[in-house]
Amino acid sequence: MTTTPLAVRADRAWWRVPQRHVPVLATFVLLLVMYGVGVAQYRAFSNIQVIFNIFIDNGFLLVVAVGMTFVILTGGIDLSVGSVVAMTAMVSASLLRDGMNPALVLVIALLIGPVLGFAMGCVIHYFDIQPFIVTLAGMFFARGMCTWISSTSIPITDGFWTSAAQERIRLGENFVSVSVLIALAVVAVAAFALAYTRLGRNVYAIGGNPQSALLMGLPVGRTKIAVYTISGLCSAIGGILLSFYTLSGAPLIAIGMELDVIAAVVIGGTLLTGGSGYVFGTVLGVLVLGVIQTLITFDGSLSSWWTKIVIGALLFAFILLQRLVGIRKK
Amino acid sequence: MSTVKARLAPVTGHRLFWPLVMLVVLLVANTVYRPSFLSVELKNGHLYGSLIDIVRLSAPLILVALGMSLVIATGGIDLSVGSVVAVSGAVACLWISEQPDQNSLGGVFTALAIAFGLALVLGVWNGVLVAVIGIQPIIATLILMVAGRGLAQLITSGQIITINSEPYKTIGVGHLLTLPFAIIIALVVAVIVAVLTRRTALGMIIESVGGNAEASRLAGIRSRRITLLVYVVSAACAAIAGFMMTANVSSADGNAAGLWVELDAILAVVIGGTSLAGGRFYLSGTIVGALIIQTLTTSVYAMNIDPQTALLFKAVVVIAVCLIQAPAFRARFRRKRTLAPPPPPAPTAEKQKEQVPA
Repeated sequence: MTTTPLAVRADRAWWRVPQRHVPVLATFVLLLVMYGVGVAQYRAFSNIQVIFNIFIDNGFLLVVAVGMTFVILTGGIDLSVGSVVAMTAMVSASLLRDGMNPALVLVIALLIGPVLGFAMGCVIHYFDIQPFIVTLAGMFFARGMCTWISSTSIPITDGFWTSAAQERIRLGENFVSVSVLIALAVVAVAAFALAYTRLGRNVYAIGGNPQSALLMGLPVGRTKIAVYTISGLCSAIGGILLSFYTLSGAPLIAIGMELDVIAAVVIGGTLLTGGSGYVFGTVLGVLVLGVIQTLITFDGSLSSWWTKIVIGALLFAFILLQRLVGIRKK
Repeated sequence: MSTVKARLAPVTGHRLFWPLVMLVVLLVANTVYRPSFLSVELKNGHLYGSLIDIVRLSAPLILVALGMSLVIATGGIDLSVGSVVAVSGAVACLWISEQPDQNSLGGVFTALAIAFGLALVLGVWNGVLVAVIGIQPIIATLILMVAGRGLAQLITSGQIITINSEPYKTIGVGHLLTLPFAIIIALVVAVIVAVLTRRTALGMIIESVGGNAEASRLAGIRSRRITLLVYVVSAACAAIAGFMMTANVSSADGNAAGLWVELDAILAVVIGGTSLAGGRFYLSGTIVGALIIQTLTTSVYAMNIDPQTALLFKAVVVIAVCLIQAPAFRARFRRKRTLAPPPPPAPTAEKQKEQVPA
């Protein structure tokens, strides 16, 4: 008798995946299908460099999306990311223009995001104001700071920055930029932290049920503040990568980026109510957005607004899928 | 205002007190900066002045925020209003631009009807996603927020459609009975919404759905239908706001029209004392909130500060108002004050506590 259920389970295991993996797998299948369509339609699409270019073009988005994954896993939201990215790029550009030492600039720029995130986390936790409103204020603040620093775009001519921007790391016939390696490193660290550290467990527990987490004696407040700080740090890294990519700081850059980031996280299978999702899913979500953009660029006849419509449609499809999975679970 | 503390308590405890103080402070700051700020004059039978301008420019925001209050009262949120503004403005302008005579009233009314109808469809879409399929409101409306912007650009083919239609322009900049037409529209909509929600049971039903949708369903309220309704109303309000915004500049820009209006509207609602958790809404507070935001924007323009930098001030005001209204913050603040003179604040604290849910 005891062997039968085990056998059944083993039998199920190879074709039936755990429920919580379904959204991520769906994203993966979608990504493969979209890539397949691209390869079938355009000959140049099969070039490996196309994939690398997606990483190069979306490296900063990937980093920011990883930070957002932490926040969304706790059931919160961070609307300030786009502005913080812009502010980081702006601050580094203006400090570099004033002739400051690049290493020092890097440290300062990387500190701004986490400090703002920490402050927002504190307000959210101690004064019990919705994350939506607090991070909205953070978004206004950071965007205001950008134009306060300069109302026009500041070019970066610093040697360290330009070499980081132009450095090509060869992989056979193809290449990636430094940003890609940094982004992948961030992804690896974040995935490890979420899966194998106490902080990661706390994040999932709070997202699942904050009340239970509190009753279990988990440090709810500290974790909440930590995720906004992490998101701020990721936005700051994203800002640096963006300044590598564009070699300038512009006050109006990355407007609406928070939407892309949230869309990527949702398409990656993370529940916006919190408690369920993976960093790997977010990576896939960012890649899906990247492939859509690449497909539209390859086509040439489609206009840029189709990107938004397709992202909207995909969001709809994935949310519906999550909903169906959720219903089946009940 | 009386100097007696006991008589002051009900005033300071009123939920509109701090928003109104903020509005008065902004107005005073403006008057100090520019003494002519408060003057209103009559020219050619029309009223002119900074105050009138502020109210006129805040009309679209008031409309969007009114719809948003109802949505937030049901515990939802509507992020798509900005996109609905862009879509409705784009459709109306596109239709008018294709008319042989852009000044014909018939053409303008058809344009308004088509755009309004499309907005209602978008509202139903949001409502169905939230009420029938049961998706979280913030995500359900996020879909339309992203896709709607693309849709608006698709309608305008990525161009800015310029029109030259007097009747349409009237919506944004015309006058009626000495007052700007936009103010009158906003006022009429506000009165209709207020009468429908506060003079009938509808308002209470909406609040009960926001308080607990399942409990209200068991109590015999069709909560799904109510939820659907508020999203449609929100989209309708956004559509009218879209007409105003595009009429103001006689052109439709799918990319920029109504950009971030959803955030301003949510802010207006929150500043007005409505909690994002749902279950309560205050239309008067929302209107004051919208006026605060527009006054802030206008004063920043008047002081020659870069509009983007104005966001800094907005952030400060938002955080200040939200903190003052947050129970946790008040409790902390009050505890500190209570430590110094123990006996008197106790009754006021109790009184305020009674008034918060009222």
